[in-house]
Amino acid sequence: MRYAMAIDTRKCVGCSDCVIACQTENNVPLGYCRDWITETVDGSYPNVEIELRSERCNHCDNSPCVRCCPTGASHIVEGGVVLVEHGLCIGCGACIQSCPYDARYSHPEGWVDKCTFCNHRVTKGEKPACVSVCPTKCMYFGDLDDPDSEISNALKNRKHKVLAPEAGTKPHIFYLI
Amino acid sequence: MKTRRDFIKISAAGSAGIALAGGGYFSVVKGSSAAEKTKKLYDYGSSLKRTPTYCEICFWNCAGWAYTTEDGKIVKIIGNENDPHCNGRLCTRGTGGVGMWSDSDRLKTPLIRVSDGEKQTYREASWDEALTLVATKMKEIAGKYGPESVALFNHGSAGHHFGHLLKAFGSSNITAPSYAQCRGPREVGFAATFGVGLGSPEPTDIRDTRCLVLIGSHLGENMHNSQVQEMSDAIDKGATIITVDPRFSVAASKSKFWLPIKPATDIALLLAWINVIINENLYDKSYVEKYTYGFDELKNHVAAFTPEWAYGITTIKPDIIRKTAREMADAAPSVIVHPGRHVTWYGDDTQRTRAIAIINALLGAYGRRGGFYFKDSMSVPEFPSPEYPKPTWNWRDTLKGKYPLAGLAIANGLVEASIPEEGKEHLIKAWIVAGTNLPLTMPHKDTLMKAIQSLDFMVVVDTMPMEITGYADVILPECTYLERYDDLRLSPNREPYIALRMPATQPYAETKPAWWMAKQIGEKLGLSSFFAFKDIEEVLDWQLKQVGSSLEEMQRVGVKKFDRQAGPLYLADGEDYEFHTNTGKIELYATEMAANGFDPMPVYTAHPEPPDGFYRLIYGRAPMHTFSRTSNNPNLHDLQKENHVWINPKVADLWGLKTEQKVWLQNQDGVVSKFPIKVRVTERIRWDSVYMVHGFGHSDPKLSRAFGRGASDSDLITNVMVDPIMGGTGMRGNFVTFLTEEPGKEAAL
Ligand code: SF4
Ligand code: SF4
Ligand code: SF4
Repeated sequence: MRYAMAIDTRKCVGCSDCVIACQTENNVPLGYCRDWITETVDGSYPNVEIELRSERCNHCDNSPCVRCCPTGASHIVEGGVVLVEHGLCIGCGACIQSCPYDARYSHPEGWVDKCTFCNHRVTKGEKPACVSVCPTKCMYFGDLDDPDSEISNALKNRKHKVLAPEAGTKPHIFYLI
Repeated sequence: MKTRRDFIKISAAGSAGIALAGGGYFSVVKGSSAAEKTKKLYDYGSSLKRTPTYCEICFWNCAGWAYTTEDGKIVKIIGNENDPHCNGRLCTRGTGGVGMWSDSDRLKTPLIRVSDGEKQTYREASWDEALTLVATKMKEIAGKYGPESVALFNHGSAGHHFGHLLKAFGSSNITAPSYAQCRGPREVGFAATFGVGLGSPEPTDIRDTRCLVLIGSHLGENMHNSQVQEMSDAIDKGATIITVDPRFSVAASKSKFWLPIKPATDIALLLAWINVIINENLYDKSYVEKYTYGFDELKNHVAAFTPEWAYGITTIKPDIIRKTAREMADAAPSVIVHPGRHVTWYGDDTQRTRAIAIINALLGAYGRRGGFYFKDSMSVPEFPSPEYPKPTWNWRDTLKGKYPLAGLAIANGLVEASIPEEGKEHLIKAWIVAGTNLPLTMPHKDTLMKAIQSLDFMVVVDTMPMEITGYADVILPECTYLERYDDLRLSPNREPYIALRMPATQPYAETKPAWWMAKQIGEKLGLSSFFAFKDIEEVLDWQLKQVGSSLEEMQRVGVKKFDRQAGPLYLADGEDYEFHTNTGKIELYATEMAANGFDPMPVYTAHPEPPDGFYRLIYGRAPMHTFSRTSNNPNLHDLQKENHVWINPKVADLWGLKTEQKVWLQNQDGVVSKFPIKVRVTERIRWDSVYMVHGFGHSDPKLSRAFGRGASDSDLITNVMVDPIMGGTGMRGNFVTFLTEEPGKEAAL
């Protein structure tokens, strides 16, 4: 089993609903976030293009954050989901430094936090909160090992990319372009 | 300047705010095992209770479930899967609705204005005292000027309860700024063409469309939920999107064609499209023949309006005008030229929306799959109540027949009817303002202030201290939609639905629902027979039982679907159909307009252009905010704290402006924004315009998050072009320039 997410940049409108749904689902304190939106603008008026992306932890196969964690708080569970065990985390921030995607933040209560792929929902057969709320239904989540899953189909049928492939982290958030 | 009605900052005296979520239901249990900590944090499992509600952050009123902990904290709100307004997915603002409840700046108790001769302040009052004062004042004013002189300005659910009170009292001066400051012109434009307006949600069949044309309408930034969802479905199915906008909006970025039009010239483009559609025989001949009136007149009318003519006006190339017209015709009848929502731009807005209606008619899109469907809604009887007394006059009499085609009362009309002037026979003397922040909603601040200063009495009903609350004589604190029952939601869709709103938790502090306030005031006014129920639960249960449901059922399901009564969704092939116009046909030539002395077919008129060194002020929406109402919501504020002024890089170079630099904006009349606004230098805006999101720049310091954040476009809208047809307030004829230094105090006032 290998969980991944594909996000259709042709449909995403950058509304940030995924951000706020994550905050209320996961009790992310105000002022912090586990997912965020980036907008890149190319060209000059009137030949302009923009790409909107909902970004979060890439649940990398080759994850520097897990490797550099001195306590084992950062770890990988079934499905390739990268998690932080808060009780073991000493808040040293090594993982924050090591992540090429700036996906982690220091929680005010002393540990490091980031996207969990809503593992507490996914293990119950639900979709992550961001995927369930997205008004444009532009996010696909599922098991890459299942060739018939929504995500496998999305990746089969569309051109896609990952962020910072040069970092060699093997990210598992894909952007359909 | 000393005025009778000083603006008062609402004192924070009273209880402290609601504690925010942090530290409560989720926080780590110190000393417990790591596994337990993680579990506590993520999995509240079945301990949450869910109650049905429908969202009040915008009028789309999506149905959802509020999730509450055992001790009454609302933690999240999730869309109701069975509701076609949201399909289980609330928008950004709806998901953030929990912040409306947890906002520690909320109003807490009734407040009454007092003066010690020098200084005016508010003091806390009991409900009984505050409501008795309201009733006494209403009686007093009715005794002097008649009950008609009490008016209601409203937005959202509170409106109906106070509307009922006012009608029982004998006044029909009831208005919502969402009409003449927003969608009114298109209602009149579509009604003049098809015999009925559009209403909310608009019956646009975007889900099945093959071509969606957006004119200044920025779906995706404007999060009208199911519409955005359907636009995304349409993108999936490969529909063509054509966006006309001087700004490269998010919708423009999803479009096959983006027409970066010169602002204020849309009617020229629309007329050229009509010209091409007729001259190239692209229109739906049998549809036009069977259902429309005035085709030959229209054909003659547009003969001169060629794409070449329009090019000189709009800066859109003739071949693009032709190509896009053909693209629409290729998709017809599954094509939608979207009527837009906020359409009060240049004062000829009814005519612009008429042109839009005409294109839809020529392409046979109205009443067709992928075009406009025939909506349906559930009708539920009103709770038994005596007949309302007949008012002897309303604002129309005061304004002596101005704006004849206004289908609803217009807020600026009521403002005008509140200003004493030579020759005005009837005057409005008291306002009840429920849920609408007029100073940030109404253009023409001077006129608004003149009206407010002339009133004998003003009551404001709101959840938050807003600019308007500072001018009230009595403030009635309403609880949020998450803490109350309300009327059933009956708004239309493809099928009729009912949705229930019930409290997810106890009302905060002393706050109360609007239905309760209206009933109490009614009883104090001797109108008990109009409120012959114990509480709203009794009314809801009675109403629901009339249609074969019950309060108990609705508490369980939240939304319920009923069978269509309005006939099929679309016209059948060749079906006879009578439209509700004078001719019974779709009127390409509008007889109602002609009868009232207006152009029966739209014409283009040139509008003033920005003077040297000035740029047209265009405003719009951000997906995470509903105007000024949400800017203090802690969750939504967290997503966007202030607005920026978008400036084209060429212009920024000229002025030496950099992104994130603060500037003050000054308009053509010398009005300067109260607060500075940060610059966003971007290729997404034309060089002759600037853009900002509406709803920021709050001046009430009691809004601890929103105060002084960004600038308010409303303050800069001092030139208002009023639509003579229905009184819409065109607000896009204002031009601004940049001040890089803080202006002197005099200028800022
Ligand atoms: S909720 Fe969906 S459309 Fe909105 S920003 Fe997130 S991914 Fe994009
Ligand atoms: S995105 Fe960053 S935090 Fe997430 S797995 Fe990769 S390296 Fe680690
Ligand atoms: S569209 Fe958004 S803000 Fe409006 S009612 Fe629906 S969820 Fe609420």
